[in-house]
Amino acid sequence: MPPRMKATVTVTLKNGVLDPQGRAIESALKGLGFDGVGDVRAGKIIELELADGTSRETVEAMARQLLANTVIENFRIDMP
Amino acid sequence: MKCAVIVFPGSNCDRDLADAITKVTGRAPAMIWHRETTLPDGLDFIGIPGGFSYGDYLRSGAMAARSPVMQAVVAAAGQGRAVLGICNGFQVLTETGLLPGALMRNAGLNFLCRDVRLRIENSQSIFTSHYAAGDEIVLPIAHHDGNYVADAATLDRLEAEGRVALRYAEPVNGSARNIAGILNDAGNVLGMMPHPERVIEAEQGGTDGRRLFEAALMALA
Repeated sequence: MPPRMKATVTVTLKNGVLDPQGRAIESALKGLGFDGVGDVRAGKIIELELADGTSRETVEAMARQLLANTVIENFRIDMP
Repeated sequence: MKCAVIVFPGSNCDRDLADAITKVTGRAPAMIWHRETTLPDGLDFIGIPGGFSYGDYLRSGAMAARSPVMQAVVAAAGQGRAVLGICNGFQVLTETGLLPGALMRNAGLNFLCRDVRLRIENSQSIFTSHYAAGDEIVLPIAHHDGNYVADAATLDRLEAEGRVALRYAEPVNGSARNIAGILNDAGNVLGMMPHPERVIEAEQGGTDGRRLFEAALMALA
């Protein structure tokens, strides 16, 4: 069956986990002269094409088993 | 004494690790490709080498941890077989859940490739019994994601149970409590960022890594 629906999984670092990449972005923004930049956190977005009718539970299982490392990351699922 | 080294696409320390095992035991390990679903019978020791398995896609070690062969490795670890993960191998072990915590990007963001001083914290494990607690050794590191992270309760438990096997003598990559290597609760799985297999003969510039293999492989012989 051709995939027809889309889901987006957004993976972010948990609060309290130090984010060296976010820090580097923060200091680069300040270096470019952008004032008032506070904490910066970097994450990733994973877009999935799925067979129609795929359940949110299935996507959650994908996120738990592979897409996010729940030791250090949270995830959010957006799907129709 | 039967040893194996797991090989993923992108592993690049697998032959060094095999060489170290061969030099210490006199017998070459089986090289096991990641698509295998079973391991040879009667294995005593499984090495998971350094490198960039699956190009470090998604997270370092994430893809390798879900490869068919790792299910067999997890099962073997559960049966008490010795498992040593070095560098990317350590990342793979945390991703499988055999070891707690995670390895994140180095705090300074740089890839670090140099010799570091380490302190042996626990000399009771099968891997470290040929060192003395408090020994300072020098091993090379070569990693981008060696910044060990775990919640405070996990760190406290690791410390209390003597599962911090090695610690950096000074801050290197931002690792929590300068942790460089940890053991699982049963003590048969060790993950470490430094490369002991790169310093087993004087020609390599040092021999501080040799005792780790001698200890692990002789304890099992």
